[in-house]
Amino acid sequence: MDQLRDTIREFIVSHYLPGESPDNLRNDTPLVSSGILDSLGALGLVSFISEQFGVELDVYDTSVEHFDRIEDIAQSIERKQVRQ
Amino acid sequence: MIARYLPDYLESSAAEYPDKVAVFDPSGRTITYGLLNQQADALAGFLCARGVKRGDRVGVVLPKSIEAVVALFGILKAGAAYVPVDYSAPAKRGQRILGDCRVRAVVIDGRCGEMIPPADEPGMALSTIITVDLPTHQGSSGRAGATTLAAVFEAKLAPPRHPRSRSDLAYILYTSGSTGMPKGVMLTHENALSFVDWCSDVFEPSAADRFSSHAPFHFDLSILDIYLCVKHAAELHLLSEELGKNPKELAEFIAARQLTIWYSTPSILTLLVQFGHLDKYDYQRLRLVLFAGEVFPVKHLRTVQRQWPGATFYNLYGPTETNVCTFARIPANIPDARDAPYPIGHLCEHCHAMVLDNDHVEVPRGNEGLLYISGNSVFSGYWNRPADTANAFVVRRGARWYNTGDVVRWDPQDGFVYIGRNDRMVKRRGYRIELGEIERALYLHPNLREAAVVSVADGGMVLEIIAFLSCQDGEKPSIIELKTFCKAKLPAYMSPDRFVVLDRLPRTSTDKVDYQTLNSLVPPSITVSARA
Repeated sequence: MDQLRDTIREFIVSHYLPGESPDNLRNDTPLVSSGILDSLGALGLVSFISEQFGVELDVYDTSVEHFDRIEDIAQSIERKQVRQ
Repeated sequence: MIARYLPDYLESSAAEYPDKVAVFDPSGRTITYGLLNQQADALAGFLCARGVKRGDRVGVVLPKSIEAVVALFGILKAGAAYVPVDYSAPAKRGQRILGDCRVRAVVIDGRCGEMIPPADEPGMALSTIITVDLPTHQGSSGRAGATTLAAVFEAKLAPPRHPRSRSDLAYILYTSGSTGMPKGVMLTHENALSFVDWCSDVFEPSAADRFSSHAPFHFDLSILDIYLCVKHAAELHLLSEELGKNPKELAEFIAARQLTIWYSTPSILTLLVQFGHLDKYDYQRLRLVLFAGEVFPVKHLRTVQRQWPGATFYNLYGPTETNVCTFARIPANIPDARDAPYPIGHLCEHCHAMVLDNDHVEVPRGNEGLLYISGNSVFSGYWNRPADTANAFVVRRGARWYNTGDVVRWDPQDGFVYIGRNDRMVKRRGYRIELGEIERALYLHPNLREAAVVSVADGGMVLEIIAFLSCQDGEKPSIIELKTFCKAKLPAYMSPDRFVVLDRLPRTSTDKVDYQTLNSLVPPSITVSARA
């Protein structure tokens, strides 16, 4: 059970993939490079993460290399939570 | 100064202020007016030596950079017209645009080679490929038969001395086309000069100004940024595409660069208000905020205005085909009670307007009708589309009048008030989108049988695009697969937000897709803070 990844998944599916089965959005499914998240979608997700987890993602965390998969995003959040 | 040609602006600023910085690129690199002019001359000389002639088209596929600005001026100085293409759009789309206008040369980011049309395409006369290695992403090009821009500068060939005319083609901007193929709006030097000179009169820029360059060069907002700035020997601050979408960084950038003139779509200003933490920075130098491209919901406009009390705000209106043709100055301190969007306002000096009904009959003053524009800023036609060009105009009183497709009403105090559209063109983030173009792209999917696209406006601005689909027997594609498919076929701003799969699409008695029924099937909107 990985609540962090599931919370992110649920948000993305309900806001940007309505109608999709959450099982199809895996932790390694590309998000930005596949077109699931556009620039506005990415902003929406960053604000959700800030509200939900109290973690502010910076430019480094939101570059495509670190923001393209649920796994990468979750790791950025976990890193920041440890530091707080 | 009376300019006869867009590069005259650069030549006169370079003569007067050779050592003044002209352009700041996104990473902070700069170029002076003197050097910008020299490099543009060298590019013009090279293009002419390679056989580029007056009236030829030259593609520009580059991210926002000093090199891109050099490319635009170099191409214009060669007497050719530039065709800016979104380097981040799907390669196929870029290739079709460059192929459609039969480019003679391209100046291209080494990473975008797939956009170069195949040489064996009928009618293609592509003779020259100039690649650019931007300092920010090195080591990419090295294409056989291509020349680097650096080598072009070293060759220092003298620019040509052609005869010039204000009616020469200056650039072609491609906009969404309902048939699935983007259409090229041809604009002449005269079209741009008349608009830029009007801007000088109204906005009174000086060499002390610092202009933002937020819009990409394939978007018509860039015309004001580049040419008005260069005309007045001011500083042009280029924003990268990535920075332009990141409100936090953007808020800091505007303050740190001490920009004095900002021009963008309302969407970007709205994001700045919502996510930019504008209260953290000092915007004392900002004196002018211009917006265009879509309706600005008053609640957001009011918030921006309160954050930037020293700035004067203007709403500029005009399709790519006419350039800006009406404008409205927004009063200081927008009252709390106001919720109606501000009007598109009064005619610019370089334009004339009339309001006609669907039968091309002038409506009584104050009634709703379609806005038609004539004047020096109105385009010459769509590239290689005589039928579309003919359909876009009516002839009255010896002049050609362009049908904007926008429904307006005249008000003696407000000027023109925008009502809406009566066709299938919509605007998102300031971009024009023909819903038919999205449908054409969806029909390319092997598993889809039918596709129909509708849009939902919310508060006059935020727009959701919803695709209704039916599938071939068997495989039903997942939403993720559809998103990925659209990403490969369409620019990001055209990709549908939602997909709804039906057994079959509703049809009218004449077997046409029944859009009215589809509109009633639109599922309730999802609230996303970023889209609110």
